[in-house]
Amino acid sequence: MPSYVIPEKCDGCKALDKTACQYICPNDLMTLDKEKMKAFNLEPDMCWECYSCVKICPTQAIEVRGYADFMPMGATVSPMRSTDSIMWTVKFRNGMLKRFKFPIRTTPEGQADPTGGFSFDGDINDEFLFGEPECIGTDLFTLGG
Amino acid sequence: MPKFETVEVQTDLLICGGGMAACGAAIEAAHWAKKHGLKVTVVDKAAMDRSGAVAMGLSAINQYVGLKDGQNTMEDYVGYVRNDLMGVTREDLVASIARHVDGSVHLFEKWGLPIWQDGEGGYVHEGRWQLMINGESYKILVSETAKNALGIDNIYERVFITEPIMDDDKIAGAVGFSVRENKFYIFKAKAVMVAMGGAVHVFKPRSVGEGLGRSWYPPFNSGASTYFSLKAGCEMTCQEVRFIPVRFKDAYGPVGAWILLFKSRATNALGENYMQTNAEELQKWGSYGKVKPVPANLRNWLMMLDVAEGKGPIYMQTAEAIKNIAEATEDPKERKKKLKELENEAWEDFLDMTISQALLWAATNTAPEEKPSEIAACEPYFIGSHSGASGAWVSGPADLQNEASKNDYFWGYTNMATVPGVFCVGDASGASSHKFSSGSFTEGRIAAKAALKYAMDHPEEPQVDMAAVDAMREKILAPLDKFEQFKDASTDPDINPNYLRPKMAMFRLQKIMDEYAGGVSTNFTTSKPNLEKGLELLGMLKEDLENLAAEDLHELLRCWENVHRTWQAEVHIRTMLFREETRWPGYYFRSDCPEMNEDDWKVFVNSRWNPETGEWEMTKKPIHRIFE
Repeated sequence: MPSYVIPEKCDGCKALDKTACQYICPNDLMTLDKEKMKAFNLEPDMCWECYSCVKICPTQAIEVRGYADFMPMGATVSPMRSTDSIMWTVKFRNGMLKRFKFPIRTTPEGQADPTGGFSFDGDINDEFLFGEPECIGTDLFTLGG
Repeated sequence: MPKFETVEVQTDLLICGGGMAACGAAIEAAHWAKKHGLKVTVVDKAAMDRSGAVAMGLSAINQYVGLKDGQNTMEDYVGYVRNDLMGVTREDLVASIARHVDGSVHLFEKWGLPIWQDGEGGYVHEGRWQLMINGESYKILVSETAKNALGIDNIYERVFITEPIMDDDKIAGAVGFSVRENKFYIFKAKAVMVAMGGAVHVFKPRSVGEGLGRSWYPPFNSGASTYFSLKAGCEMTCQEVRFIPVRFKDAYGPVGAWILLFKSRATNALGENYMQTNAEELQKWGSYGKVKPVPANLRNWLMMLDVAEGKGPIYMQTAEAIKNIAEATEDPKERKKKLKELENEAWEDFLDMTISQALLWAATNTAPEEKPSEIAACEPYFIGSHSGASGAWVSGPADLQNEASKNDYFWGYTNMATVPGVFCVGDASGASSHKFSSGSFTEGRIAAKAALKYAMDHPEEPQVDMAAVDAMREKILAPLDKFEQFKDASTDPDINPNYLRPKMAMFRLQKIMDEYAGGVSTNFTTSKPNLEKGLELLGMLKEDLENLAAEDLHELLRCWENVHRTWQAEVHIRTMLFREETRWPGYYFRSDCPEMNEDDWKVFVNSRWNPETGEWEMTKKPIHRIFE
């Protein structure tokens, strides 16, 4: 099963230009049933449980039920991803709850500057990559001579 | 067959793949392309934000040399990689990546990747070469930067590259199809970068049901790099050096933080540390058994010996490690704080990169501070990064050669394969292990600059034989026809004598590899007779792949992924067959040649499929020592 879709919560991303889970799944598993306007995991035994679909779903309609061939039932791990951090709720089989919050980035979403602010004066014929040597912090290594 | 539109794209550099290496290539290429008026195109079978091996995130950056701080030298680093691979490594390539990698890590930090700080202006090191990160969005950040640098109009997502296009003996582009709409793509390019990752699910996984998808390396790494390079006629190297990581059992969570950061012991069920009790065995593996850290495959091997003797389960002693760290803090209040910190770090390690492992801990009521967790060897994977080494044989940089190496390791453009215009990076380039995420990204950067230089030096447009492309198109789309033609020949579309569905093709491949080529069920042991039998069965599988059937575009993708895997399997078997020794016992063991033979086999084994004759050519290539 791995990732599965809760029918009451999935609206098929009808207000968006593309179905979010279908867009993001690295293994081409999440699929929109256009008749029902509900998404589903087409090939659960090829699911890596990467949670990309869970994290991106705008209606929190996707959850993960651990691989039934080796995982005891009853536990859940649920993320809530914001623009700068992620909050995890871990529910144990015995009911114990743990919560964790971790940062995910230090820059505003979408704003990553390819230059990193490093200056550069290299040439296509030399060994320097963009931003070097400043971004290395020392001279570029060579065998010399 | 449904109607397919043909889309033609002309470019200078085509980057195939969307993972760390491809993103590094795209970002670097964007700069040089703008400066010199060149066009760069990326084509990814998935969505770049979450594609490749870093899709889920990572909890550490495993290659940071720290040259600016002077704590490590290039000799230190190259020596570490050389020993880990039992002497078989291209020192020019390892140094080529290592001299640039710190700069890449500093760029990641500027882009917004949170790298743990030690409070004194330095990074928190997990180990000598490893940094701890809050890496849930590592791939998103890198992909965002690539898109910002290159512009989304130059990026094709959900297009699966299937075959190379050749112009005589040099590359002319690649063909593929969309997995979303009926479109066939022809990319014509002066240079092509192979950055399509490694290969998973060539061997039977340990899981038997749903858990098949829970491979350590992602199941969407399906051998495209090896297939593409082989079909283009590239010489390959180290195709026998599969990688088998030891990870937390079943969900394959990372062990690095436990071993390096928390100093945890791994023991057998009797509580014995197999690295000590089996230490004598290390003497059999020459100078490589005497170095620290012990090479990854030898660590595997000492554990496997205990498993074979029935001394399992094998445990990571997490509770003991946490107790030891906590006890070092005397103040009870501080100790409580430290314990909370450790708990957070332990869970983040999984939640950032292997969420299933956190789920498995929760499902088995495992608190790491209370009880140990099982570890086990995964099934074999093919990757040019980590402690694997399989990939294409590529040129190193001119300034990192010595007199002896330059004739064998240098032919003009860094990371160019033996076929003009083909550049291989990340898991696609061989004999340059231990590049991990940061090094793969860096290798993409290095190769992108070289590839654009190549495109400038060779400005003529590639000549594409359109009749040959039409034939490829017909062959690539054939599984859709096959299904349509025969689906009504039985009441169950899965059971039909006229065709083979891709999932069964994959299972057949995995069974052959598992049983004859040293998979999990044979304890990673094989021999000449086993390999020859495997090759015979593989030959029939290859014939049957002509009868693959696909119901839709998703299944067409699966068809070609499994063709790619099968070629990876074949070159692996042929290379293991050629090397008549055991050199990496914890990766595979040749029962008929059980010892390492430095006199005859301290060499690279290179392999090539000759596109003109269809024959395989196996050769030995010398190992040159460049660093002391």
